[in-house]
Order: sequence, then structure tokens, then C-alpha cells
Amino acid sequence: MSAPLLRVDGLSTLIRGDGAPVRAVDGVSFEIAAGEVYALVGESGCGKSMTALSIMRLLPDAASIAGGAVELEGENLLALPEVRMRDVRGRRVAMIFQEPGLSLNPVMTVGAQIAEAVLCHGDMERAVVDAKVLELLEAVRMPDARRRMAEYPFQMSGGMKQRVMIAIALACDPDLLIADEPTTALDVTVQAQVLELLRELQRSRNMAMLLITHDLGVVAQMAQRVAVMYAGEIIESAAVGAFFSGAAHPYSRKLFESLPDRAGRGRALAAIRGAVPPLNRKFEGCRFVERCDHALPRCAGVVPQWSAVDGRHQVKCHLYEQDRPDIETAVAIDVASPLPAAAPAPGEVLLQVKGLKVHFPIHSGFLRRISGHVMAVDGVSLEIAAGRTLGLVGESGCGKTTVGKGLLRLVEPTSGEVKFGGEDFLALSRAALRGQRRHVQIIFQDPYASLNPRVRIGDALEEGMIALHAGGDPGARQARIDALLAEVGLAADVKTRYPHEFSGGQRQRIDIARALSVEPQLIVCDEPTSALDVSVQAQILNLLKRLQRDKGLAYLFISHNMSVIEYMADEVAVMYLGRVVERGAVDEVLRAPRHPYTQALLSAVPVADPGATRPVIQLAGDLPSPVKPPQGCHFHPRCSAALPRCSSEYPDEHRFSAAHTSRCHLYD
Amino acid sequence: MMPFRFEWLWSDVLVWLLVAGAVGLALYTRARPHLRAPWSRVARSPSGMAAATVLVPFVLIGLLDSLHYRAALPSSDGKVIYATAVRSALDRVLEPLRATREKTYSAPFATHLYAKETVQLPDGREARIYPRLRHGGAHLADPHAERGRDVALKAFRGLTFALMLWLVVVIGVCAMRARHTAADIESVWRGIWQGRSEVPWRAVFCALGMLFVVIGPVIALAPHYHVLGTDKVGQDVLYQALKSIRTGLVIGMLATLVMLPFALVLGVMAGYFKGWIDDLIQYLYTTLSSIPGVLLIAAAVLMMQVYIENNSELFPSTEIRADVRLLALCVILGVTSWTGLCRLLRGEVLKLREMEYIQAAHAFGVSHWRIMMRHLTPNVMHIVMIALVMDFSGLVLAEAVLSYVGVGVDPSMISFGTMINSARLEMAREPMVWWSLAAAFVFMLTLVLAANLFADAVRDAFDPRLIIAGGRP
Repeated sequence: MSAPLLRVDGLSTLIRGDGAPVRAVDGVSFEIAAGEVYALVGESGCGKSMTALSIMRLLPDAASIAGGAVELEGENLLALPEVRMRDVRGRRVAMIFQEPGLSLNPVMTVGAQIAEAVLCHGDMERAVVDAKVLELLEAVRMPDARRRMAEYPFQMSGGMKQRVMIAIALACDPDLLIADEPTTALDVTVQAQVLELLRELQRSRNMAMLLITHDLGVVAQMAQRVAVMYAGEIIESAAVGAFFSGAAHPYSRKLFESLPDRAGRGRALAAIRGAVPPLNRKFEGCRFVERCDHALPRCAGVVPQWSAVDGRHQVKCHLYEQDRPDIETAVAIDVASPLPAAAPAPGEVLLQVKGLKVHFPIHSGFLRRISGHVMAVDGVSLEIAAGRTLGLVGESGCGKTTVGKGLLRLVEPTSGEVKFGGEDFLALSRAALRGQRRHVQIIFQDPYASLNPRVRIGDALEEGMIALHAGGDPGARQARIDALLAEVGLAADVKTRYPHEFSGGQRQRIDIARALSVEPQLIVCDEPTSALDVSVQAQILNLLKRLQRDKGLAYLFISHNMSVIEYMADEVAVMYLGRVVERGAVDEVLRAPRHPYTQALLSAVPVADPGATRPVIQLAGDLPSPVKPPQGCHFHPRCSAALPRCSSEYPDEHRFSAAHTSRCHLYD
Repeated sequence: MMPFRFEWLWSDVLVWLLVAGAVGLALYTRARPHLRAPWSRVARSPSGMAAATVLVPFVLIGLLDSLHYRAALPSSDGKVIYATAVRSALDRVLEPLRATREKTYSAPFATHLYAKETVQLPDGREARIYPRLRHGGAHLADPHAERGRDVALKAFRGLTFALMLWLVVVIGVCAMRARHTAADIESVWRGIWQGRSEVPWRAVFCALGMLFVVIGPVIALAPHYHVLGTDKVGQDVLYQALKSIRTGLVIGMLATLVMLPFALVLGVMAGYFKGWIDDLIQYLYTTLSSIPGVLLIAAAVLMMQVYIENNSELFPSTEIRADVRLLALCVILGVTSWTGLCRLLRGEVLKLREMEYIQAAHAFGVSHWRIMMRHLTPNVMHIVMIALVMDFSGLVLAEAVLSYVGVGVDPSMISFGTMINSARLEMAREPMVWWSLAAAFVFMLTLVLAANLFADAVRDAFDPRLIIAGGRP
């Protein structure tokens, strides 16, 4: 093989702070050949972004490179003066970031911002620059590129902004593109578009790419080689095929096993116990030893070195220094503990939502007259049976979170009916609703925003019981708090501590305990795991499943993540632009989707299997504005199977089985 | 029988309530690690700690000056009669300064008056000479020959004593640290002077040393000379400057205390309820902040003045009258200055109310009042804290300006503003009298600079955006 394009050797990056410095990147080495896509996978905090920033020498002030070498075509970037380094950035190595909205200057047109990057080639005439900008925008397949040049970032959707970022990165024809979670902030259908674009550009320009992601599905679709990072170091490196057919390191294996899917519905997910060790301490042995099921006695005392599994598949694990059969048996023992009995038979209907509408008025003009409405939820009807889980799926902006909050009246619905045990929530006064609140509770998405940083855990758990007069006298309440904490797997002494002492997963457990404190029958789970890493997500999903089994809870499970829904839900409702377009039992909807939108959504989900060959249904354009939804079927402007009358009348409901219904003219 | 009776002026009561509140808050904070954290960041800031060291004597002087009493008069028939004049504990301490009045202006360290007077000589002739001062340098037989030596000697004695005291304090702190950390005193000493201690004791000791170097000689000299000269009626300027400190502190603290409830309640309500309540509060503060503040203050102060004059039976002594006027000034300053903080709080609450823990509280049916008290207010306290310390120095300066304009404190009350106001005439006379203005300037500069430096340290410690290390808030 020829000399690598990029060679990183023993790179170490320290972050200074209070106390001992954090070794965010600790002796990372890898090589990327020209034209190769190299993926760096790992959970948050494992140092993958810091690795990328170290290569670019764009570290924040508190961080500094402590050692190692970064060679681009044999030239050590770490030794270059800053002036020369500026030439490297952009011209030879370009980078795109996770949040396209934060990477663009809001007061410059996108054309001007791309032109800035184009001008790094040297001075050019204006017309030449404009032509080049247009060419770039067309290269990233920006629809209506000529008009878009003169637009500002706020006029664009997230997907379009990421295209602009890619155009800027490509402006100087870099040899290497570093993509740091390029699609994490995007919806699945848009993610599919952007990934397709990146793959195509990478191939046509023969550009090397360092792809940083936490999503094994994205790796499977994009990369040729992959490295797994854990606690600041690379622990496994392999070709994608070898990795996905047989991951070697116990951590990598756990990552695969903790992915939720339909096949695993009946059993608990394999969760990795504990948490990533703090990186400011010195490691005597393997960093994973405390969480590893196969740890050998010497794992704790001896730092593992690279062992070859076969060929270029290497792993840092003591298990692989011995004969293979040992490992196979060791791994074979690892079977996830089964969850007894599937979900109970559907009971009576617990919650019935009919024609729920939430319209937010738009005020404009001097007198702040109402000039229009954002139709966030526009007539949604749902039913949830006791002890069952209804999954509500859709892309961001489709109104699924508003449904959850609307039925709890955390946002005031415009009209509709939310019937729970014979009472219509929407018809009750604030005082009367208070009596009903203990039956329905909610768990939130962001574990960092859902606990008041100034309130102790015990007080936070007690608040609901006090407000709703549940849980009896103070002594009984304290006993109940202890029981709740034990139930969600936390020690009783966390009561007196403050939220900042807990990790995201632990906070989410506290959040669940808080919701359970008033013994609800239904819990609205608003993307409860989307801010968590896969291994922690598995813990939380297991917990939710166990609680459902033990307490007969019903869940309204709101998520954009198809595999989580597949794992959790009994029934599914798919939302698009404020309306439910398809609903039914989970197997019917996800195996045989009827609505073209559901089909597109499912096809866009990246699968963690590089061999999978399925066509991704590309959706044209972006989600229309809920202020002015399209006439007729909301989906028709993006639908490949649209009929003439789709643009004039909203389709009626079609029933395919007892539970499976969809709204589409194709089945008229 | 007590030789005196406490006289609690209104501003005294409020000042001591404030002190009690601060002590209570400190005890409350001590027990809670998340509240203690920002303060321990303040304690780690060298400039903040040095500024705090300078502020402490100012605060002590202010507190000492807030303990008022009336002395018992000697009486023959056993009945106790108290003097009408209200004095403070500080007056008692500064008795040698307060009582040693000269006839009129005299320069710092002077032994003679600053103006010539016609005196009758023993032989019956009249002459225009600079007469000897009654108190300043009165112990000298031949002032011209002895003064320089005497001042230097006394200053040196004071300096030596101050440095010895400083050394005792430094060694005392080192010994305490050593006992606390179970290390030997020498290593603690070395650690502090090499800047390795967690609390920047080196900065504290330096600031303390500088204070002692200034204060020591002044204490040694003050009973014998007018260190900063005397004013038109012969009063010691150093005494005036020290008395002005309380006025400045009271204005700075009480005005913020008046402002706080307005800003907090209205700001949190506007942000939390939104809708028409928000509109109403916004209109209120927009209107209020469009009226020129000085105009409003002048009107209110003049009205208060008229009221006091018409109801003089309610205010038996000049001190009480002056105190009421001071309070009125605090109130009106507070009422005109809450809008800025209110706007800040409204913005922060608008952001906070969308947080998920607020929604969780809604889902439990927690009352509006409880959500505002328990979830919103504690989370905006860092803004309040920053605003309080930042506004303090502004208010001290505002008092000076307003008194200069003539709508500030009562003319009988000593303040930086009244000192500057009288300096207006002094600067115009020939030869010029500069020491009144210079004294007011130096004292006020020290106070405000220290307050500002401390405020910066507090802001750095409390502002979550400035805290780099430490992860998510």
C-alpha cells in the first residue's frame, strides 16, 4: 500500500481544569489512505471530537496537545507555525460540524460565505467567483441554487444549511474532509440525503474522509475502515466488513447488542453496567475492565497491547492474546437476560384522544393582531389501552411532542377531546384538572433540563406528592421516595444530593422516579433516550419495560428513532405535519408500511449492516411549513406516487386490518 | 443606670437588618454545596480577595457609625436626662478628631491657620498674622523648627507598630492554616508566598499590608495634627471623610434593597405569566425609564423636604431629620433604578419557563406561586447577585452627584457629595483650599474601585457563561 495521506501517531490531548488534567485523547494512532473513508466510532466523551480538533489544531483554550505527531503527506502538522497551518485548513483538510445552524454566520448570505472560502485560491474576478459558488451549490445538489445564493441562513432548513457547509468545505478541493457527526442534528430522511451526497462527492473527487459518529448504521453505510474509541484511546480497528461480521472487543460487542430492534422485543437489551471512568486518573490496566463481563485477572493490572484478530483487524484486549476458542466460549455465555412474558393482552381503552388540535397564533403588525396560525397539531386521534405502549413517530417539526404536551395541557390545545377514565381533560378547569394529573405523567427528553439544579433530588421527588396530596404524611412520603429510588436502580442516599452530581442516564432514572411518584397509569415518554448514548439508552429502555411489566403502565412513547419504537411499542402512529398518516400494530406498520411517507421514513434509517442493500427512497425537498400546509394531502409535494387528486382533497382513512389504518389516495 | 441610651434611627435598623440577613444567608449558603461553589470561586480570585480586604475597614467604619446613642447628661437630682444630640459609636472613637475644632481652614499638618487674622499682641499693638491652631501641633514649642522631625518620628512609630501588627496577623493566619491542614507552619508560609495556596492569601496580605502602612501613621498622627486639614468651620477633614463612608454605604445598600423586590417580583412575573401581565409590566418600566431620573429624584426629595418642614414636630432632632431624608433618597433611588434588573430577570425567566423541570412541575399541578418561588427565583439569583454588587458603586457615585446638585442628602449630614459641594467655593478662593476635595476624591475612589473589583470577581464567579471548566450547568 502506498504512503498514507494522514498518519496520526500517539496523539495525546489534555484538557486543563480544576484538579488533575483530563486526558481527553490518550495515545491515539491511525492512518488514512488517500480516497479512503475512515470512521471513528464511540460514545459521547470518548475523545473522538477532540481527536478531530487536535488534527486541525482548533482546540479550545483549555485544551492542548501534549504529545504525538499528525502527519499529512509526511509533513508534521503539529510542528507548523500557525500561519502555515491556516493554509492547511480549508485547502488540504476541511471540516464540517454537527450543528450546521451554528457554523454559518447569520448576517451574511450563503453565497458570500461560500465565496469567502472560494477566494482562498487567490484573488479572482467577481463573475468567476460567482460561477464557482454556483457550481459548488449545484455540486451539493442545492435545489434552485442560483436563487439560494442570495439567501440568508435563517431562510434555510437544517439539511440545506449542512449542504452549504459541505459546499464551503469543498471550495478548495481538500484532500481530506473531517466530518464530525455531520448528520446527527438532522432528521432521518434528510440524513439519508446528506449521507448519499457525501458518499457521492467522496467517490467522485477521490477525497479521503474522517467520519466521526456514534451511529453504527452510518458507519456501515459510509466507511471502509473503522476504529472504536473508548475513554480516550482506540481499542479496536478493522475493515468495516470484518468489524460488522465479528466485532472483537467486548465493548464493541456490547455496543451492537445494546442496539434496540424488533427481534429483541421480548427480551432485555444488553446494557453496559456502570459508566465511562473519569479520564483524569491514571490507568493501570484496561480502561473497560470495570464494565467488562469477560475480564481476566490481569486486565486490571496490565495495560493491553494491540493483538491481531486477523490481518488488519486489531484489538486492544487481553482475551485475544490467547487462543480463539476461549473467547468464543466466553462470549457465548453472554446471553441477555430474558424479560418474562410478552406484553399483556390489550385491556380497556385508557386514553382516547379525538381530533386534538393545537394551533399557535402568529401575531404581527403594530397592534399584534393574529395574522395566522402555526398548525402544530391539526386533528390527531389516538387510543391507548391500559398496560400497552403506543409509539408516536415522526420527524422533527411534525408535532409529536406537542401532542404529548397538549394532552397534559402543558400547552393549551385549541380544540378536541382527551378522554381519560370518562373525564375530558380539555373541558376541566385548572383546579379540577389538578385532581386528574396524578393519573398521567410525563418524562422529558433532555435530562439536563428536566431537573431543577437548585433542588435536591429528594425534594424534587416529593414535589408532585405534595402538590397532588398523594403519598400521605411526610414520613410515608420519605419511605415512598426510598422505594422509588430503589425501583429505578439508585441508592437511597441520592435524596440529599443535587442534580449536577449525576450523569445523563442517572438523571433520566430520577426523572422516571419523579413521574412514578404519584402512581400514574399513563406516562408520556417524550424522546426519553434521544440525548443518551446507546449503552445508557439500553439501560433506560430496559427499566421502562420492566416498570411497564410490574406496574401495568401504559406509555405514549414519542420518538424519532425507528429502532427504539420497534423495540418498545405495541402500536405505532406515524405523524406528518400535524396529522397521523398511518397507524396500526407495530408489526403491520413497520413490516408492511402502506403510506408512502412511512415507506420513505423506514427506508432512510441506516442499518448497522454493510451488506444490506435496500433502496433508500429519497424524499424531495423539506418538510413544508406548518403555517401553510399544502392543499390536499400534506405529503403530496414530496410524494413520488402522487395522484392528481392528492393535491386537492385530503384522503380518507383506509382500514387494512383491525388496527392498521392509513390516509392515502393510493388505496381508494 | 446606663450612661447612654441607644437611639435606633430608621437607617440603622435597616442596616442591621441587612447585616442580619447577610449573616443568615451566609449560614444558609454554607450548608449547600451548589450555593457555596460560586463563593468559593470568589475566594479563589486574587483581585476579588484583595478588594474585599480593602472593603472590610470601610464596612466596619460604616457599621460602627450605625450604632447611635444619646449620652446621659450629668444631673443633680438623680433623674436621668439624655442629651438631644445623637452620636454614633464612631463619633466616640473619633472623639479627639471631632472635638478638636479650629476656627477655620487649615492645611494638612499645619500648625497655623490658613488665613491671616488681626490679633492683639501682649504689648497692646495689633498685627495681622497667621495665628497658631488651637489643637493642630499645639504640643510643639517652636513649630517651624520641630514640626518636620515630630511628624516623621510619629509617623515612623505608627508605621513600625502597624508592620508589627501585620506580621502578627500574617503569622496568625499561617498558624491557623497549618493547624487546619496539619502541615508545619513553615511550608504553609512558603506555600502562601509562592502563590500556591487555594485562597490567594498573598493578595490578601499585600492589600492588608498596604492598608496598615497607610492607617498606622495616620492613627499615630491624627491626635496631634489635622492630617487632612480642616474645613471652613474648622472641622477635621479626616473626620468628615470617615463619616461620609456610612452615608455612601447606606445609600449603596439600602437603595438596592428597595429596588430588589420591585425588580424580582415584577421581572419574574412578567417572564413567567407572559401575556397581558407582561405587557403591563413592560409598559410600566418603559415609561419609568423614559422619565429623566434626576428630575424624578429632585421632585421627590423636594417634596420630602417640604413635608419635614411642615411637620417638624415629628422629627425632634437634626440627626433624625437628616436620617429621614437619607432614607427618602434611598427609596427614590431604588424606585428609579429597578428597571434595568427587571428587564434582565424577565429575559432570563422567559428562557427558564420553557425548561422541562418547569413543565414537570406543571404536570404535577404545582401552583404558579410555588413554581415562581421554588423553581424560578433560585435560578435567577446569580443575576441578582451580580446586579447588586455592580449597582453598589454606581449608587455611591450617584449620591455624590445628587448632593452636589443639591437634591441629595440633608446639608447637615456629612457625605462625599456635601464635601464636594462645599469644595466648589473653596476651589474658587485664593489661595486655593484643595484638601477637602482631595480627601473626598481619594476616599471615594478607594471605596468604589474596591467595590468594582469585588463586583468583577463576583460576576466572574456567578456568570455561568464565563465558567469554562465544569461541564454543563
